[in-house]
This record gives sequence, C-alpha cells and structure tokens, in this order.
Amino acid sequence: MEWMYLVPALPFLGALILILFSGKIGKPGVIAVGCGSIGLAALVTIVAGWQFMQSGVPAFSQHLWEWLRVGDFSIGVNLRLDALSLSFAFVITFVGWLIHIYSTGYMSDDPDFARFFACMNLFVGSMLMLVLADNLLLMYLGWEGVGLCSYLLIGFWYKAPENGAAARKAFIVTRVGDTAMAIALFLLVQHTGSLQLSVVLERAQSLWAAGDPTVVWIAFLLLGGAVGKSAQLPLQTWLPDAMAGPTPVSALIHAATMVTAGVYLIARTNVIFSLAPAAQTAVAITGAVTLLLAGFSAWVQTDIKRVLAYSTISQIGYMFLALGVGAWSAAIFHFITHAFFKALLFLGAGAVIHALHHEQDMFKMGGLRKSLPGVFLVFLIGSLSLAAIPFISSGWYSKDQIIWLAGTAAGGRPVYAFAAVLGAFITAAYTTRMMLLVFFGKEQTHVHHKPGPEMMVPLYVLAVCSTLAGFLELPHTLGHFTWLSDFLQPVLPEVVTQHASVAAEWGLQTITAGLAALAIYITWRLLNAPFPKEAGAFLKSGWGFDAAYDVLFVQPFVRIARLNRKDIIDNVYTGLAAITRGLHRMMSATQSGIIRWYVLGVVMGAVLILSVIIWRHSM
Amino acid sequence: MINATTAGLVLAGVLFTLGLISMLIRRNIIFMLVSVEIMLNAAGLAFIVAASRWGQPEGQVMFMFILAMAAAEVSVGLALILQLYHQLKSLDSDEASRMRG
Amino acid sequence: MILLAFILFPLAGAFLAWASAAVNATLPRWIALLVMLAGLVLAVGIWVQPEPASLAGADWRYVYHQPWMPRFGVSLSLAIDGLSLLMIVLTFFLGAMAVLVSWNEIRDRTGFYYFNLLFVLGGIAGVFLVMDLFLFYFFWEVMLIPMYFLIGIWGHGRRLYASLKFFLFTQAGGLLMLLSILGLYFVHGASTGNYTFSYAELLQTPMEQGIGRWLMLGFMAAFLVKLPAFPFHTWLPDAHTEAPTAGSVILAGLLLKTGAYGILRFVLPLFPEACHAFAQVFMLLGAIGILYGGQLAYAQTDFKRLVAYTSVSHMGFVLVGAFAFNELAYQGVVMQMITHGISTGALFMIAGVLYERLHTRELEKMGGLWAALPGLGAITMVFVMASLGLPGLGNFIAEFLILAGSWQASPWITVLAATGLVVATVYSLRIMQKVFFGISLREFRLKDMTVREAVMLLPLVIAIIWLGLFPQRVIDTASKAAPVVAFQYKDN
Repeated sequence: MEWMYLVPALPFLGALILILFSGKIGKPGVIAVGCGSIGLAALVTIVAGWQFMQSGVPAFSQHLWEWLRVGDFSIGVNLRLDALSLSFAFVITFVGWLIHIYSTGYMSDDPDFARFFACMNLFVGSMLMLVLADNLLLMYLGWEGVGLCSYLLIGFWYKAPENGAAARKAFIVTRVGDTAMAIALFLLVQHTGSLQLSVVLERAQSLWAAGDPTVVWIAFLLLGGAVGKSAQLPLQTWLPDAMAGPTPVSALIHAATMVTAGVYLIARTNVIFSLAPAAQTAVAITGAVTLLLAGFSAWVQTDIKRVLAYSTISQIGYMFLALGVGAWSAAIFHFITHAFFKALLFLGAGAVIHALHHEQDMFKMGGLRKSLPGVFLVFLIGSLSLAAIPFISSGWYSKDQIIWLAGTAAGGRPVYAFAAVLGAFITAAYTTRMMLLVFFGKEQTHVHHKPGPEMMVPLYVLAVCSTLAGFLELPHTLGHFTWLSDFLQPVLPEVVTQHASVAAEWGLQTITAGLAALAIYITWRLLNAPFPKEAGAFLKSGWGFDAAYDVLFVQPFVRIARLNRKDIIDNVYTGLAAITRGLHRMMSATQSGIIRWYVLGVVMGAVLILSVIIWRHSM
Repeated sequence: MINATTAGLVLAGVLFTLGLISMLIRRNIIFMLVSVEIMLNAAGLAFIVAASRWGQPEGQVMFMFILAMAAAEVSVGLALILQLYHQLKSLDSDEASRMRG
Repeated sequence: MILLAFILFPLAGAFLAWASAAVNATLPRWIALLVMLAGLVLAVGIWVQPEPASLAGADWRYVYHQPWMPRFGVSLSLAIDGLSLLMIVLTFFLGAMAVLVSWNEIRDRTGFYYFNLLFVLGGIAGVFLVMDLFLFYFFWEVMLIPMYFLIGIWGHGRRLYASLKFFLFTQAGGLLMLLSILGLYFVHGASTGNYTFSYAELLQTPMEQGIGRWLMLGFMAAFLVKLPAFPFHTWLPDAHTEAPTAGSVILAGLLLKTGAYGILRFVLPLFPEACHAFAQVFMLLGAIGILYGGQLAYAQTDFKRLVAYTSVSHMGFVLVGAFAFNELAYQGVVMQMITHGISTGALFMIAGVLYERLHTRELEKMGGLWAALPGLGAITMVFVMASLGLPGLGNFIAEFLILAGSWQASPWITVLAATGLVVATVYSLRIMQKVFFGISLREFRLKDMTVREAVMLLPLVIAIIWLGLFPQRVIDTASKAAPVVAFQYKDN
C-alpha cells in the first residue's frame, strides 16, 4: 500500500515523457510508455487493493507533501485508499488499460499518435487523482484535470471547427457546475475550517442538524458540480456533442470513467446529502427525469455514438436515482457494470466505425453480423447488459437492484420505481433498434478492414467482464449475495429498506423482464414505421435544451460582446477628451487675427468693468 | 448753462466715442491709425480740461506725454503700414490676418 | 546596502547601456541581461538563505536608512520583508525575460531602449523597497516616464495615443496620491509636531474619520488606476496593445502589481478604519471588473488586446481579496500578483513570438497553427489553462484562496466573482481555438520555437507549475510581511 502514490504518478509520468520526448521515442516507444504506464498502474492498484483487503483497515491514507497552509487552514497532497476509491481506481486503471491497448489499433494511422496517448495518460492520472484524493481540493484538481483532458480529446482532431466547438462546450458547461462546486468548498472552508474528507464529514455531523439551511446549500452546490460532470439535467447538453472525439475517448472518458465522477462525488459526501433531505430528493428526481429524457432521445438518434451518448446519460441517471434514494452501493454497482458494458459497446461501435471508414450513421450500416462476427458477438453481449436481459447480463443485476430499491429504499417512492421501469423499457427498445440497424438487414456499406487483435482482445476481455461483473451482487430472489455492498460498507452506509418482500421483488422482476421483451418485440416489428417528424426532431435534439440555452445564455452574451467590443466605459474618457478639445477650439476661434474684433473685445471688457464699478457705486 | 469743465469733458467723450466707432468699422489701416489718434487726443483733451479745473500742472504733463507717445506710435505705425502695403498691395487690415483660429 | 543595490543596479546599468550603444548596437542587450540576472541571483539569494533573527521586533529582513532632507523629514529609507522580497524576485525574473523578449525585436536605437527598460525596472524596484512616502512618490513617477517612451517610440500603430493615454491616467491618479501624501504629512505633523514622510511613523497617525477617508481615496485613486480597476481600466488595453512586447510584459507583469502592492502596503495599514468603511464598494468594483473585463476579453479580435482585458479581469480578484480582510484572501492576493505576472507576461510573449512570425495580431487571421507550431501550442495551452484557473497551476491557488477568503467577508460578491471563472473559461478557450485550432487560412511555413524563445518561455512554464504544486514556499514568505498588512484590523 506504500506504493499507492505510484497509481496516479505512473500515468502522469507517462504523459510527461510523451509530451517531452514524443518525437524521439517513435511509435513503439509511445505504445510502450502509454500502455505500459497504465498497465503498471493497474497492477499496482490490484496489489495495493489486495493488501488493503487483507489488512482489514477501513481506510489507508498516504501523505505526500503539504500543498498549502494558511494559518489554521491546511491542505496536503494526501491520497486515500478505501473501499470506494479502490473500486473506482480499479475500474479506471483496468478499463483504461484495455482502452489504451485498443487505441493502439484504432489510432494507428493518426499522425498525432503521441499526442493522443499523452492526453489519455494525463486523463487517467487526473481521474485517479480525483478518486484517490483525501481532500476536496485535491479532488477538485483531478476534477478540473479530467475536464481539461476531456476538452483536449474531444477537440483532438482540431482542424474541424465543430470539434473545437464541441470541446469548448464540454469544458464551459462543466465549468458552470464546477463553479457551483467551488462555492460549496468555500462554504465548507468557512464552516468546518477544513477540506479533508474525514474531517469535513465528521464535523458536518456534529455541526448541522438534518435540514439545516447551510448544509442544504452545500449539498445543492455539490449536486451542481455533479450534474455538470455527469451530464445530468440541466447540464447534460455537452455529452452528445462530446462524441466528436475519437471513439476510445468516448469509451474511456464519456462513458466509463469521467462522467461518473459526479456519482463518486455524491457517494463520497453521502454524509452531507443524508443531512440535507431536500438535496437528496433533488438527486433522485434529477436522476429519474434524466434517465427518461435521455432514453427517449437515444431512441431517435441516427448516429451510433449519439445513441450510446444518450444512453450513457440515461444510465448515469439510474445511478443518481440510486444515490437519491439512499441506495449508495447500488449506484456503485451500476457504475462498475456500466463501465464494463458501456466501454464494450463504445469500443465495439468504434470497431464498426473503423471498419466502415468513419461512417457513424446507423442507417448506412446493416448486415454487419456476417462481415464482422467477432464484433457482433461482443456487441450483442454489451447490448444484453444495456437492455438488462435477466440472469445472463451484468446490467440486469445492477439495474434490477436500482429499480427495486427505487421503490423500497428509505428515500424511495413508487413513482421512482415506475420511472426506472419505464426507463428500462425504453432502454431495451433503443438497444434493440441499434442492434437491428447495425448488424441485421441488408449490408449498405462495405467493410474496409477488419479490426486487428489489438482491438479485438480488449473487446473479448470486456465482454467477459460485463457478464461476470453482475455476480458481485445477487438479488433476494436469487439468494441475496451482497459482496460489493459489504465491501463498501465502511464508506457507504447500508441501504435501509421499508417493506421488502421477496414476492414483490419477483413480481417487479417479472414485470421488468416482460416489458423488456415487449420492447424488443415492438421495436423489431415497427423498426421502419414512420415517426412524427416534428416530435422526432425535437427528441433527437435532446428536448430542445441546446436551443433554449442558446437563446437564454449564449446569444445574449455574444450580443453584448458584439455591442460592447469597444468598451463603453472608454467613452467617458474619450468624451472628457472631446469636451476639452471642444473648449480649446472655441477659445482658439476667438484668435482670428482681425484687429477690429480684438478692439471690440477690449471695448466690451472696458464697458463691463465700468458698468460694474458704476453699479457698485450707485448701490 | 453747463460749465466749461462739463462741456470740455463731454467734447472729449464724444471725440473718443467717434474715434472708437471709426476704429471698429473701418478696414483701412490708415483710417484706423487716424481713429487711434483721435482717441488719444480725446484722452489728452480730458486731461487738459481736468488740469484747468483743478489748477494743477500734471494734466498738461500727461498731455505732453501722450503727444510724444502718439508721435512715436505714428512713425512706427506708418512704417509698418508701408511694409504691409508692399507685401499685400492693400490697406485692408483683414487682409493682414493669417490666423484662422 | 544590499537593498540599495537592487535600485542602483538597474539605474546604473541603464546609463551604461545607453553609453555602450555608441560602441556596439548589440552591447546594451547583454548589459541589460547581465544586470537583470545579477539582481535575480541576489534576490533569490536572500530568499533561499535562512531568515535572520527579526530586526527590532518587526519582520523586516534588511533595513537601510540614510537621512536625506532631515528638515522636511525625508530620508532614504529602504526595507524588505516577505512581500517586498517576492515582488523583487518577480521584478528581476520578468525583467530578464523582458530583455530576452526584446533581443531581436528592437533594432532601432537600442541604447536608449535598454536605458528606458532598465530605468523602468529600477523605478519598480524602488517602489517595492522604499519606506518613505516622499521617495515612494518619486519612484512612482520614475516608473512612468521611461514607460511612456517605451510605448511612444517603439510601440505599434497608435502608439502616441496609447502612450499619452497611459501617461495622463497614471499621472492624474499619481497627483491625487501626492495630495494625500502631503495631507497625511501635515495631519501627522499637526497632531504630533513631528513632520516626517517616514512610513513607520505615519502608521501611527491619529486621524479624524472624515479626513482619513478622503486621504485613503486619494491613495486609492492612484492604485485603482494602476491596478487597473473598473472603471479606470481603459488606458490599459491601449497601452498593452501598442507597447512593444517587453513593454507589455513589464506593464502586465510588474506595473500593475505596484498598484496591488500599494494597496497592501500603504492603504490598508495606514487607513484601516476607512478601508473597512469602503470595503464593500471596492470588493464590488473588483467583482464587476472581473466580469466586465472577461466580457470584453471575449469580444476582442486582437490577441494582445484580448490578453489586456484578461488582466482587468484577473486584477479584479486582487481588489476583491485585498478588501476581504483575512489571511486566506491576503495570501491569495500575493499569489495572484505573482502568478498573474507570470501567466499574462507569458501570453504577451507568445503574442510577440507569433507576431514575429505572422506579422499580425489579428485572431481572425490566425488558426490551425498547431500543425506548424506544436511546441508553442503546448506552452500556450499551459498559460491559457493558467488564465482560466486550472488546478495544478499557480493561478488556481491564488483564485481559490482569494475566493475562499472573500466568501467569509461577503458571499454575494464572491458568487459574482466566481462566475468570472466561467467567463474566464469562455475567453481563454477562444484563444486556443482561434490561434492553434481550426482550419489554417494559409499554408504556414513557420519555425517552431527557437532556442532563445524556449529559454524565455520554459522558465515561466516551470514557475507556474511549481507555484501550482508547491505554493507553500511563497505563502510562508508572504506571511512574514512586516506590519501584517491586510488583516491586523478586525472589528475593533
């Protein structure tokens, strides 16, 4: 565990080497450094995690150096290993490593190969910093660092202006959330005098009663940060556009890891959210509404990556819903399974896109089942998980847990469960639609080159993981196995259920499974049925959020910028100068050189003075 | 009847005003010079009248002073006017102005 | 004596550089570089050596005192504490960079150019060191005139307009400060019988409330113009844009800091009561400046003008923090002074480097330069990120400390200032997009960084990262500032 600092340090070191010596080490060197550093980090994580589990301590922290200390306020660069951070770190390094290997194939023709891996390494390092940080400021460092890498990688193909626009949109929209989070940190500094997680959470409990306005404010502001990073309502608009980046980036950053940072933040500060019931309800409602809205949008997309993007928003909505009802470990469970199957789906989609020469429109694909059988197989496995097909897919175990707890946990409501079930129905529908359009039907675009082993092996590994990860937890109906919840228990409180009856759970599972089957059937029958055009366009644009924000925020700002380019304040000073110059002109105009005017001036002056004197004397 | 002092001062005032008005309305430099002379002499007349009223010599001294100054002024002024006429072929004072504010 | 060297080195070097131009036109730049490096070595030497036992109970590290005009209470009095020391290190560091920046840019009248450059730097060093208000005013004006020449002679486009505007603004503020200095002198003399300009003695001036407030406003007039705070900022975009690159670096990196330094060193300790009375007003001005400067930065199409407006935005943080009256914010302000000097100075240098290659500052005429200039692009990325306050770089530490401190003083103004972080993202990313990303408008055949450019930009990169990861060294130094400036006065 003493080597824990190597976990974030190795990727950072890799990034540094790649930035400084990219020209000198050649492509094999780049691959060795890029993949090697992440692989080593994954290895260290596994070893440290093993030691951690053996040791039985609730948390292990490592002090590296003192970052800043002002008076009594002190922040160290400290890392913290506990069940929660270990879960995240494992997923990040392991999935990150697989995606790196995959990228060596996917990006092999790109002239900016080294820059890609430098950014990816930087990302993994920042993400690990985020989850391993022992205090909120260091977490904020990782938080913004992943934002930067996301910006760099979305705009990786910088020559196209729309990629740059998408990258900036992602950075700016998440920055709105980050600013809210920063304000939450200021509040915590003011009231608890610290940002260290253990201290903050401990003092929060003694400082505030449940529902205290201060803690509610803090929780809401933290939620602001979380919805920005995790692309939840109302800051979800950046994620679909973020698909402009290379597909491995979408898999790693915009599906498996970075976008779940909001989930991590809320889980990490669960004490604060427990003290602020209003904020926690808001988390649940945000999750429920987002999962539905994004699900409907995913249903009508034509770009395969945008389907997956909206589905990511929707699946994170499930995690938020779980957090909101107090089912903390269920959210983490879904995070893990989602990381595997969504990375799998994105990489599979990447393999398809790669094979079809960067064709992303699903309506121009089709029939790929025969030409890309390996990809078809793994994509099918991923889709089964996404659609939550019972028993054989990991997605079912985690999603079913959330659906069940959404209704029965302490903060649960039947309406949440209803939203979750409806969401599962839509998920099954759009997943089936995607499968049918891409792999069945008539072949429309010819396959150029098949993915090599460096792309296929990670896909197989992820396929195995996305099947097996489901068995970390089993529902009551299947023996109630709770390994993950038990493991997370020192960090995340156990879920409190109101009225659990195994029969009811059976019923709910049957309904969900039935609805999924129905969704698949309907989609299969109605695949090419006409859809109302306006409604389709509205859903496809993501419920018009982009247009609304454009009118409400972007355009006013741009208009003000255009109006006030020359700085109106300057007019005050140039006005002052103009008045002075005007006076100067008036005075100098009297100096005409015409003697008679001068004489007249003298006479008028004399008359004035005389009349004043006379007037004074006559008073 | 008004007395001699008043009559003298009124005459001086009238002369001065006439000189001033012609100064303001004439454009010919020679006439402007003449107007200045008239005004100077009006002032001189006022001094003389006042001197005789108070029986003091200083008024006459002042008049001598004005006389000397007027002579000097005329000589310098006429010389300038001659030069100006050579330059501009005109006696119009406005022609001599090169200032435009 | 060592303190006197900080002022005399540049001033003597200035004359030497001027004289040496008669021998060889390239000699002045070597002299200037050597002088700056010598000063830097000296200043860093003081910084790294263990602190001497505190002198006379105060935290001054070195003191130099020499009566000059005892009859009027004027003395040549210099002193250095943590705050001054940091500023002196910054002065010589950026001064050396400014010389490197001018290396090839200035070919005309090099002797007189380096004379002016060194003279400005000498004046700045003087401002940071003197502890006598008469001399403070003297050095305040010494900075001004050579800068006027630098902009007016070696500037671009509308250089005469810009230099005159700069001069008039600063001079107007300076004269109001002179009035206040004299006012303080007489108020102190009348109440104690001791007519003196000495800073240490003036600190204990008993003052009526009304008089104190007027005197404070006089000082603030000079410092707000220099900072520059909204709405006195309009000289800055013109001066920055038209100045030669080194002039912009010194303006942004150092001259603006004299305003911030003046507030910390003079306004807050001399007029604690008046400062408290006006704190909200100044914080609000700072917050408005952050947003207004950010909005204007976004609207600009000229690279240097854009960076100039970001200065307005960033210096707004200084104003917000200085009037928050707590240690967090004070440390943030000191940090902001240093990091802003480095990051904005670097952005101006980058503008200069680009100008040497493209002969334009118009953002619309750039684009897609990453392919041709990846090294410069990477360095620009670092400073663009610094400018938007990315954690891990120095600016973040500064902004976080300022906002965390000001939150405790005034939450709503802090919220306003924090929205500036979003605006900063908007305008900062626009730089990258317009210059390095997007489609290249013409085929550029450009050389990436030369050795000289790398030598002047890489130290800045290292410095900004070092400040972001290991800021404690600076914080410790700044906390040893004699009269602990910002927060000694607390509700009493």
